[in-house]
Amino acid sequence: METLGVREGDRKEYLRFSRLNRTLHVVMIVTFMSLALTGMTLKFSYTAWAGTLSHLLGGYESAGYIHRLAAVLMVGIFILHINDLVRRKKKESLSWKALVTGPDTMMPTKRDLTDLIGSLRWFLGRGERPRYGRWTYWEKFDYFAVFWGIFVIGSTGFMLWFAEFLTILIPGWVINVATIIHSDEALLAVGFIFTVHFFNTHLRPEKFPMDIVIFTGRMTVEELRVDKPSEYEALVKNGTLEDHLVAPYPPIVIRTIRAFAWFALGLGFCIVVWIIYAMMFVYM
Amino acid sequence: MVRRGRAAAMAALCVLAVAGRLDAQENADCLTCHGEKTLSGKRGTKTVSLFVDGKKFGGSIHGSVPCVGCHADLQGKELPHDTPLATVECGTCHDKEEKEHLGSLHGKAIARGDRLAPHCKDCHGVHDIIKARDPRSPVAPQRIPWVCGKCHQEGSPVQRQREIHQDHILENYSESIHGEALMKKGLVVTATCVSCHTAHRILPHTDPRSSISRKNIASTCTTCHAQIETVHRKVIRGELWEREASMLPACVDCHQPHKVRKVFYDQGMADADCMRCHGNPDIKASRDGRSLVVAQGEIRDSRHTKVACSQCHAEVNASHTRPCETITKKVECSSCHAEMGQQYQKSMHGLLLAKNEQNAPSCIECHGTHGIMGKRDPRSATFPTHVPDLCARCHREGNKAAVRYTGRQHDIIGRYEESIHGKGLLKSGLTVTAMCTDCHTAHSVQPISSPESSVNPKNVPATCGRCHHGIEEQFNVSIHATETGKTGKRLPVCNDCHSAHTIRRADTEGFKLTIMAQCGQCHTEIAETYFETYHGKVSQLGYTKTAKCYDCHGAHDILKVSDPRSHLSRANVVATCQKCHAGATRRFAGYLTHATHHDPEKYPLLFYTFWGMTGLLVGTFVLGGLHTVLWIPRALQMRRARTKRLKDAARGETEETSEETKG
Repeated sequence: METLGVREGDRKEYLRFSRLNRTLHVVMIVTFMSLALTGMTLKFSYTAWAGTLSHLLGGYESAGYIHRLAAVLMVGIFILHINDLVRRKKKESLSWKALVTGPDTMMPTKRDLTDLIGSLRWFLGRGERPRYGRWTYWEKFDYFAVFWGIFVIGSTGFMLWFAEFLTILIPGWVINVATIIHSDEALLAVGFIFTVHFFNTHLRPEKFPMDIVIFTGRMTVEELRVDKPSEYEALVKNGTLEDHLVAPYPPIVIRTIRAFAWFALGLGFCIVVWIIYAMMFVYM
Repeated sequence: MVRRGRAAAMAALCVLAVAGRLDAQENADCLTCHGEKTLSGKRGTKTVSLFVDGKKFGGSIHGSVPCVGCHADLQGKELPHDTPLATVECGTCHDKEEKEHLGSLHGKAIARGDRLAPHCKDCHGVHDIIKARDPRSPVAPQRIPWVCGKCHQEGSPVQRQREIHQDHILENYSESIHGEALMKKGLVVTATCVSCHTAHRILPHTDPRSSISRKNIASTCTTCHAQIETVHRKVIRGELWEREASMLPACVDCHQPHKVRKVFYDQGMADADCMRCHGNPDIKASRDGRSLVVAQGEIRDSRHTKVACSQCHAEVNASHTRPCETITKKVECSSCHAEMGQQYQKSMHGLLLAKNEQNAPSCIECHGTHGIMGKRDPRSATFPTHVPDLCARCHREGNKAAVRYTGRQHDIIGRYEESIHGKGLLKSGLTVTAMCTDCHTAHSVQPISSPESSVNPKNVPATCGRCHHGIEEQFNVSIHATETGKTGKRLPVCNDCHSAHTIRRADTEGFKLTIMAQCGQCHTEIAETYFETYHGKVSQLGYTKTAKCYDCHGAHDILKVSDPRSHLSRANVVATCQKCHAGATRRFAGYLTHATHHDPEKYPLLFYTFWGMTGLLVGTFVLGGLHTVLWIPRALQMRRARTKRLKDAARGETEETSEETKG
């Protein structure tokens, strides 16, 4: 490491996620888990487990209230996030174009395609690890999966919620179709988050057992340099790295965060095990 | 009316036949026409024969009387004569009989215009009347019961539509000592109907002039039983004295009309004679030493307190020092309780007893012996609340009847006690609640396989319907009421859903949750698809608040969906949904409650939606999974490099390793 600044800021850490984003992600975890648990009791009602869990949640009606409350909260998160995007765009007086095509954009770019191909080559031992930027293509995929999920699961869920009202206009069988889409898309979301997303962010060996950057918002500069070389280099180049460095959280905060993360991770795993067990039941 | 008309027409044609021969109305003239077997005439719209058998008429008691003697309106008329003729007046000659008849019940009925009231000819005939002493006469003693019985037998219009105070008159008479003498022994001097009621002066017994009125009955009976007052010494029990001390008994108080039987006389043995020995507490049977003492108090409290010992312990002979030594048979309850006896013989209990099965119960096992009490007496073993315990003596798990039972019903008594009926009876003390004998009957207890059994599937709805009548009415018009369905499979009856001995209230959670499995036993596919919908899933979680089979289809009044009366017919389905979904509309009712995504024929939309979603799922997981799996070896490499880097850093070596990010 060549710059003195970094050495001076040895104790300091790079701030990757804003406070709002971190908060939203925690609320997202809570609502997502609630939705998954309450929903799965119905989807896999034929397992003995589902009955126990449903009673723990206070019965199917109470589970239903939890489910709908969590759904409303999740849509709230989504709106807050969009609102944040618009606000930041104004604050940084970025044009739409800059927002979409800039180096730190969330939108898929050509760079993502080359990174994907580069990654596959790297996996197969045919090249170097791509020099990933601020947002990697799998992170972008996860990000847009949420958009898609909220749209598909949310809209079908809305239909099921207000079935009596909506069937004034639409035929009854649409509710059956909505049920299938809602339930299978939810299975996809839950399955994907608790396996692929968990692996990509927490369980892949170099992060194992977990990466708490989404809760602290902080990562060491060393980690940034290794993980996101492209971003790191850009920051060093225009000398703004210092602006993004903040003091780390005290150990008690880290411990609390870890406890929460362990809980969420564990619960996610339990749900995955339950799903596999339930699916085996069906197709046996 | 018809007969009168016929006679009139006959006579009318007689007249026509001898028209022009006014001066000589010989019977032969009438028979010129009426001797023709084919002679017929119209009466109203009916064609009737007007044939008069000259030979029979000649042989009748009226053989010497000219036709116009009775058909008086033809006197001096031209033949062939006009029709119709006036009714023959028998009273012209038989004025005494006519007078009696007019004053009798029958005559008064005719005067009222009662169409069923008998005229002379209804008993005596028309042209062929012969002497009552002639055995061929319809009013000869041995034929009298049939003449009267024409109208007074069970089921006849008179017996059904008129107020007759006696029933089974002809049957009872035929079994009475009089009837037996007449019909089986050919004793024509025995009493027939007319002996007591008279032939023509038949009056109700309330009429003081009647031969059967209380005042006159003795003299009527003594017409035959002339010396009875001097020989009749029997005072049976003094029962009548207790009832009405001031009244002298009439014959019929003991010897009921029409039922005069010999059995009434058998009770010559006074109970006191029996108790002389059996009241002694030390009395023992010489054969096996069992006590033969009879507790008098026991009998006094029993149903049989007014039954004499010798009526049950028959065959006693009062002329013996030990009157009971002539007894050869056990007490036969059916000699009085005939109907129960017959039922018992056909029952499982009776059949086993007939096979000399030592455990088979006879009357006394349930009813006891001298202390027998009615089923309405709370002290009785057959009082409703005691019946389960009574049956449990043999049928409780492990007891003698239960161990030989090979069917599917186990722990019958224990389960019954926990059932809604058992709780109603034993905990709430509700004596009208169903207990053993309400369903199985008391005396006709037969196995389920017997078509006569009250618990045979065929008869179960009627058995349950004795109390649950409203339900039976609904069930009997439902689709399940036909006993066997299209598939030939036996359709369910009450106990298939409600069970036999474990019956629970239908509004308990346990019952509500098992019903889907019950319906699913036959309706396999429809039950499976139900569990794929929201209703089924919530039910499967153990909640009863969502729709279950009967909430939509009805419970007992299940009908085909195509039946307009069905809860799910086009006219009713929206209202059925609205029971839970207040805002339900016609379109809402279009929700597929038994939808499955496994049937591309029936539900193509669901099928393709499901497979589309499954494709999306599998595709995403395969791509995501592959990406992850391929990543693992590189990620492991990176972890090793990082570990090395941290170690180096720990050794104070901050030397940069530019190789770390390399693969």
